[in-house]
Amino acid sequence: MLLPALAQAAVDSGDTAWLLTATALVLFMTLPGLALFYAGLVRSRNVLSVLMQCFAIASVVTILWTIGGYSLTFAQGGSAQAAIGGLGKVFLAGVDASAVFASYPNVPESVFVMFQLTFAIITPALVVGAFAERMRFAAMLSFSALWLLFVYIPVAHWVWGGGWLGTLKFLDFAGGAVVHINAGVAALVAALVLGNRRGFPVQPMPPHNLPLTVAGAGMLWVGWFGFNGGSAIAAGGAAGMAMLTTHIAAAAGCFAWMCQEWVKFGKPSVLGIVTGMVAGLGTITPASGFVGPAGALVIGLTAGTVCFWATQYLKRRLQIDDSLDVFPVHGVGGFLGTVLTGVFGAAVLGGVGHPDDRLMVTQLAVQVAGAVATALWSGVVTWLILKVVGALTPLRVTAEEETEGLDIALHEERGYSL
Amino acid sequence: MKMITAIIKPFRLDDVRNALSEVGVNGMTVTEVKGFGRQRGHTELYRGAEYVVDFLPKAKIEVAVAEDLVERAVEAITAAARTGKVGDGKIFVTDLEQALRIRTGETGDGAL
Repeated sequence: MLLPALAQAAVDSGDTAWLLTATALVLFMTLPGLALFYAGLVRSRNVLSVLMQCFAIASVVTILWTIGGYSLTFAQGGSAQAAIGGLGKVFLAGVDASAVFASYPNVPESVFVMFQLTFAIITPALVVGAFAERMRFAAMLSFSALWLLFVYIPVAHWVWGGGWLGTLKFLDFAGGAVVHINAGVAALVAALVLGNRRGFPVQPMPPHNLPLTVAGAGMLWVGWFGFNGGSAIAAGGAAGMAMLTTHIAAAAGCFAWMCQEWVKFGKPSVLGIVTGMVAGLGTITPASGFVGPAGALVIGLTAGTVCFWATQYLKRRLQIDDSLDVFPVHGVGGFLGTVLTGVFGAAVLGGVGHPDDRLMVTQLAVQVAGAVATALWSGVVTWLILKVVGALTPLRVTAEEETEGLDIALHEERGYSL
Repeated sequence: MKMITAIIKPFRLDDVRNALSEVGVNGMTVTEVKGFGRQRGHTELYRGAEYVVDFLPKAKIEVAVAEDLVERAVEAITAAARTGKVGDGKIFVTDLEQALRIRTGETGDGAL
């Protein structure tokens, strides 16, 4: 009995090759995918500012992850393990070419560190969309660093690092709660604390370059295969199914949003179809490794429809200026997917079956609890961080700088010299 | 002499040009312009946010013609530019005091 266990414990080159690939795909989602997706959506005078924010976040998060982020997420936290990890792997101590992480001995720990880092990068980068076109760069950078430490890392630890949600067997395959609810709620709070852009909702603020947005969206679709398929941490059937369900949900999200627009406004829009895709991808993320193809289809169609109406409601009725609709797409989608994981993960509905053969209602309760806890933590702590940063340095640019555009006001550069 | 200024839908430009050639108009100036009349502009929708775009793309044609050609030229433009739908455009006819061909120095009808 010992021999197979030992054999299983060895690093697997196939698994490693896939995780290396998936890691590159997830970084590709932020740089350049999300960066271009967002860049096209803002007005031309702010195009560089969002590209800069995505790049700068990649830089700062990497440094923080190296210093202590990985350790606080994945190292043993001792008596505090339910809430937060420990300091045993500060400065990536012990992570050398031969190291493996106990939970995933099939891949080198260096690859696991890097794979998880790409998640830590894209999550605060998603939030950027909420305060685009009006936040000061220094405030954005301070906020993102603190947000990673006090919001992303604890939640990632709770779910994936052996924290309390993991103990409850809360299901979040690739980050429905950790990434999407977390970023979405933070986005909503940030939009509320910073206030609407000058002129919103009276003055038109159409996207300045939709081809950039569509190119970025295409990169997100492809990159998401690494995001969800990589989260199996092995090259096998689980990764294959995750990729399949991811793709089905993305396509269904496109289709559903397109049809909603077609019926409501008379024409299907390009921005609509790519937004539906992101909604489908965000919603399938927590479920991608647990549901079957039919479940993925229903989740994608639901995502495209619900996120469409959430966007209408937030923008038109509540008139909250979450500039690039991060909350209605990622927050609502993440919540929806996290809850639906409890439904379509059930074996009877084509899923892999709930942990411990639980009843669907039990798993649903855990899913809702985890989603609500993540939303509450993200909402409250994001608000606190913004208040602290706001007390030390202004969060917003001045009215004059906002009118002039962040590219010139903050970076002394312009995107286009035509 | 008269100056005929016609604001038309851009996709009718070739038809108008051919119609004017047929009635004997030898030259014209065309400009891409933007504007709106009674039909106002159109609405663009981005994720459900509506933006009213007031100014629609139009083509502006300017032709200088002798008095005896004015009526036929205006008729030709009207016939060629007309779709029957809102936004077909307008034609303005104004007096033209003088015309001069730069190369030869000819003036009046001879310069047209």
